[in-house]
This record gives sequence, C-alpha cells and structure tokens, in this order.
Amino acid sequence: MNKSDSSHAFTPELARSIYRKAYLINRTDQRFRAMLTNGELAVAYYPVRGQEVTAAAAMSALQPEDYLVTTYRGLHDSLAKGIPSRLLWAEFAGKRTGTCKGKGGPMHITYPPTGVMVTTGIVGSGIPIANGLAMAAQIRGENRVAVASFGDGASNIGAFHEALNMASVWKLPVVFLCQNNQYAEHTTLAAGTSVTSIAERAAGYGMPGVSCDGLDPEMMYQTMAAAVARARAGDGPTLVEAHTYRLQGHIFGADYSYIPKEELKAAEERASMMRLRQRISERQVTESDLAQIEQEVDAEIEDAVAFALKSDPPDPDEIRFDIYETEQAA
Amino acid sequence: MSGKTISFGQALNAALDDAMADDGNVMILGEDVADEQGGGVFKVSKGLSSKYGTSRVRSTPISEQAILGAAVGAAIIGMRPVAEIMLMNFITVAMDQLVNHAAKLRFMSGGQTNVPLVVRTTTGAGVGFGGQHSDMLEAWFAHVPGLKIATASNPADAYGLLRSAIDDEDPVILIENITHYGMTGPAPEAGYRVPLGKAAIAREGRDVTLVTYGRGVGDSLKAASLLADEGIAAEVIDLRTIAPWDEQAVFASVAKTKRAVIVHEAVRPFGAGAEISARIHEELFSDLLAPVQRVASYPSPVPFAKPLETAFLYSVDDIVRAAHATTDKAINS
Ligand SMILES: Cc1ncc(C[n+]2csc(CCOP(=O)(O)OP(=O)(O)O)c2C)c(N)n1
Ligand SMILES: [Mg+2]
Repeated sequence: MNKSDSSHAFTPELARSIYRKAYLINRTDQRFRAMLTNGELAVAYYPVRGQEVTAAAAMSALQPEDYLVTTYRGLHDSLAKGIPSRLLWAEFAGKRTGTCKGKGGPMHITYPPTGVMVTTGIVGSGIPIANGLAMAAQIRGENRVAVASFGDGASNIGAFHEALNMASVWKLPVVFLCQNNQYAEHTTLAAGTSVTSIAERAAGYGMPGVSCDGLDPEMMYQTMAAAVARARAGDGPTLVEAHTYRLQGHIFGADYSYIPKEELKAAEERASMMRLRQRISERQVTESDLAQIEQEVDAEIEDAVAFALKSDPPDPDEIRFDIYETEQAA
Repeated sequence: MSGKTISFGQALNAALDDAMADDGNVMILGEDVADEQGGGVFKVSKGLSSKYGTSRVRSTPISEQAILGAAVGAAIIGMRPVAEIMLMNFITVAMDQLVNHAAKLRFMSGGQTNVPLVVRTTTGAGVGFGGQHSDMLEAWFAHVPGLKIATASNPADAYGLLRSAIDDEDPVILIENITHYGMTGPAPEAGYRVPLGKAAIAREGRDVTLVTYGRGVGDSLKAASLLADEGIAAEVIDLRTIAPWDEQAVFASVAKTKRAVIVHEAVRPFGAGAEISARIHEELFSDLLAPVQRVASYPSPVPFAKPLETAFLYSVDDIVRAAHATTDKAINS
C-alpha cells in the first residue's frame, strides 16, 4: 500500500469532512442512548461509541455510488455513508417516514441513494452479499466498488471464508473492512479467534491483508483509499483490519464489567473526541471551523429527533406490502 | 406448442439460453456450470458459457453460502441471477441467505430493494442416492413469507416456469426432480411462460380431486387411469407453484368433486399437504363428503437399499387407495 500516494492525500478539506462525520456519529449515538435511558424510545441498539473515527475515515474513501453492506452495529457506517439524519432517526424510531418505512429498524437500515444496500443482523452474512454487488459491477463494466463492513467475531464464521475465497478467485472489486473492536459480545479476540491479527487471514485467500490504527483518521483513510483504488483498478479484493474499540457493552444496557478498567480507560483516551479534535486542528482546520461544524451537526440532530418524534408510525395495513411485489391479501 | 418434442433437461437449457439472449442482466452461477467444467452436473447449462462468456456463466467454488450471497447481492441491484444448487440438500448450508436475506430484504428495506433471484435445484428419491441427496424440502421454504417455490411436471412447464421465475421480481426456488431430466414431451414455443401461482388441470374429472405437483402429477395421472377403469373420474390438479399456491383452482375443483386427495413425494408430517388439507377443510368443510386424504412418503431419512427406498416412497396404489377412502362411503351409500 502506497501511503504517500498523492491521490490519497489527507487534505484539510478531507480532515474537516471526517471530523464532521465522526462528530455526527458520536452525538447521534449519545443522543440515541440518552433517549433509550429516559424511555423516550425503547429499541434494541448496538452502540458505536469508540468506532466513530473508523467509520468516518473509512467511508470517506468511497464515492457516493460505491456500495456498502454493514451490520446491526452499523449506525456509524450508515451515517458516514451519507444517510440523511432525519430518515435514519425516523427509522430508528419505527416511523413511516424512516428509510425503510419503519419495517427494518436499527438493525436493517437500507438506503440505496447513498449506497447503503444491506444492513444485516446475521453475523458475517453481509460479506458474500457484498461480493454479489461487486460481481454485478464487474459484469456490467462499472467502476463501482463494494465494501463489506463487519466485526472481528465475524471473521470466525463460514460466510467470511467462503466469500474471501470467491472474491479472490474472481478478482472482485470489493474491500473487506473488519472493524476489530476486540470483542464479540463478551468474548475477547484471544478467546475466540485463532490469530492475533485478522489481516493475516487474507494470506489464506491469496489477497493482501493490511492492519491499521482505525482510530487514526489519516491512517484509516489512507489504508482504505489504497484498498478501494486497488479494487477499482480491477486488481481484486483487500482485507483491511481496522483496530478500533467498543467502548460500551455489546448491546445498549448490557453489562460490560468484564472489560478490564485499565483497558477501557486507555481506549477511551485513544478514541476520545477531544483527541480527534486536536489531530484535526493540526490539519489547517481552524477552531472556528470546528465550532461551526459542531453547531451545524447539533442542529441537524435536534431537527432529526423532532422529525422522528412527530412522524407517524406505519399504518397496520402496511404489513401486506413489500412481502412480494404484489400486495398480499389481508 | 411447436409440434416437436423436447426433454426436460433440454427445456431448461433452452429457457436459460432464451432468457440470457433476451436480457443482459440474466446470469448463471453454480458449481461446474460453465462448459469447461461440463456445463452443469445435469448438463442444464451446457453451451451457455461458450455462447455468453464466463463472466455471465460462472463456475463457482464449492461455497453455497457465497453462491447464494453473491446472487442476493447482484439481484438487489437489478441483475437476474440464476443460481444452481446442485442438490437440494446442499441448500441446508446456505439457508441463511435464502431465509434471512432473499426472503426479507424487500420487506425490511421498505420496498427499496427486491431480490429477483432464481435458485434451481434438483432432488428426489428412487435413484439410490440415499439420505443426503434426495430430500424434498419444499415445505421449509413454503413456510417463509417472501419466497416462492415452484416445480414442473413436464418439459413445457419446466421451460415456462423457469422463464417466469427469471422475470419475477421476487426470489423463486425451482425444484427439479432428478428422475425427470430424460422425460420428453411437447416442446413449447420460444418465450412461452407459465404464470407463477397458477395451477393447471392435468386431467378433468367429477368424482375426486387429486392435488399434486412435480413427480406426483405423473403418478396421479396413472392412478386416475386405474380409477377410471372402476368408473371413478378423478380430476388431477398440477399446482406447479407450491407457494404461493393456487387456492382458487383447488377450491373450485373440490367444490365440484367434494372429495380431495393430496399427493406429494415429501414426507407427510408438516408437509405441504397439511396446509392444503387444512385450507380445504376451512373453506369447504360442509361440502366435503369425506375427510381430505394425504399420500406422501414415510417419515424416515431416504433409505439406500431398494426395498427400503420402495417402502419410503408413496406408490400409485397408495393414491388409488386414498381415493377409495374418500369415495367408498359415497359409492357404497
Ligand atoms: C449467525 C449469528 N450468530 C450469532 C449472533 C449473535 N451475535 C450478534 S453480534 C455477535 C458478536 C459479533 O461480534 P463481532 O463480529 O466482533 O462484531 P461487533 O458486535 O463487535 O461489532 C453475536 C455472537 C448473530 N447475530 N448471528
Ligand atoms: Mg467485535
């Protein structure tokens, strides 16, 4: 991977945009958890706190028309891939104005206009589906790339292994983005995974595997951009392992006392928004730029929350639609 | 019909060929499907990779999850993949892609994405393949809202159902019976379609309705001839689509005959026959002259040794006996 490639330069404009995405993810997650805590909403939610920078930087390496397949823990990916806040919030709240008319919910976000094609609640299953998106682009001679985003635990399921092999054999324009947040539910990487670096697994499938610090916006962006460029050039898939961290329990409200205090504290520092802000400000992004981004994002979230809360839930009759092309009888 | 005859296998091959010629989005993927690998274990895709290229006719690794996953991904952006799963039992290692994804993505996305995917697969007892290569698993899929399942009983329907399945905007599983590939019948015109969800009356009769599909159609027609010799006129309904099935056609026939037998190769408990029987009882209870009968296979794994395999499969005599069970009372009284 050529990190000094000027086409992947970490410009001030890019730094600003990554900060915006990361801040949006961070505040959306925070606001959503607050609403779950105070009972304004009651849904299953897989927090993304700690993984903001990973998604913000990785998705910045994509074009809007590139495809993304993500998981139940996908709020960060969805926002970074450009889903409008209002539609996302309304879907999270189960409203008819949501991306999926309230039929999908937080675990099943889809929004083709910005390339978010599938969000799956089945660990690892999105990986072969991303291959299919890439295969279609390959057959059609389009210049699009597909990204499968998944966790460290997902690299232990069969679908991962079948999909990497197939993608390599067919040189598909796909990037496998493993967000290694060190835990699969309560199971540590060491307890459940035969390798210490997931990127090593790429060797078994004849493709490059690269690890990077997923909390470093520049490293994350450039690693991803190189993999995307490789896929777009027709040179085949890459397994990118982003070292990141899950700063909450697996699911909102779940106990996470099994995470050692020291480890959590160190990760909190590495993944802190203050640290990101500092790094971004070293990139010719001014304090007033940052303050303006924050103000805009805060307003965007408040507007989206209000939109979601005042929107109507789906009509019960809506259940008959979208099972098949033709509606089903009552 | 064109006046020519064609085999079941040739009809499927022609349907794929014609569909690929008509629409550049149609593609095939599966194990050994390209010509270099033999054009499919049952030769159904023979000649197609040579004609359309190995980008559109792809031999895959032995990776059923990856095959169906790739088909789902391609389908949601408008390709029309036809995935071949060599034998129906092999679907079990890729159920997730069908049940959790193909069936549900239209609904869960609020209609933003749909999955115009076809899965072709083969199965059937009677050829000594034993326990893991012979099961009829249609009821599993019929139980999943969002999927369609169809099976043909003759070459023309095989062509027409496959063309309709490829046209369809939703995922369709097409079951081929392993004993059918060599069967010949009238060849359909190019472009022929058998609409999904529409049954056919394979033989008309007024005394008892035999509701069936796939291999059961040929066996029910044999049973109907034997019954005719005794003066019992059996009507044979070929469902063609198992889910969603043509309730109206079945109800219309049973309303006329007032007796029904359901025939399928799959094992009896919780089979498609249970649902069809239940619906007939719900709709036509007061018209029925006898309880609905079911003819199906014995609930064991499909055995290997011939006497056991024979004990497993229902027989034409079983259909005749079941028809008697519905008619005896009326005939004797
Ligand atoms: C096939 C399957 N098995 C088990 C689960 C339950 N489950 C949900 S998330 C999860 C852990 C996945 O860990 P990882 O891939 O590291 O992703 P993370 O949650 O850390 O983002 C498990 C076991 C599931 N959803 N799907
Ligand atoms: Mg994890």
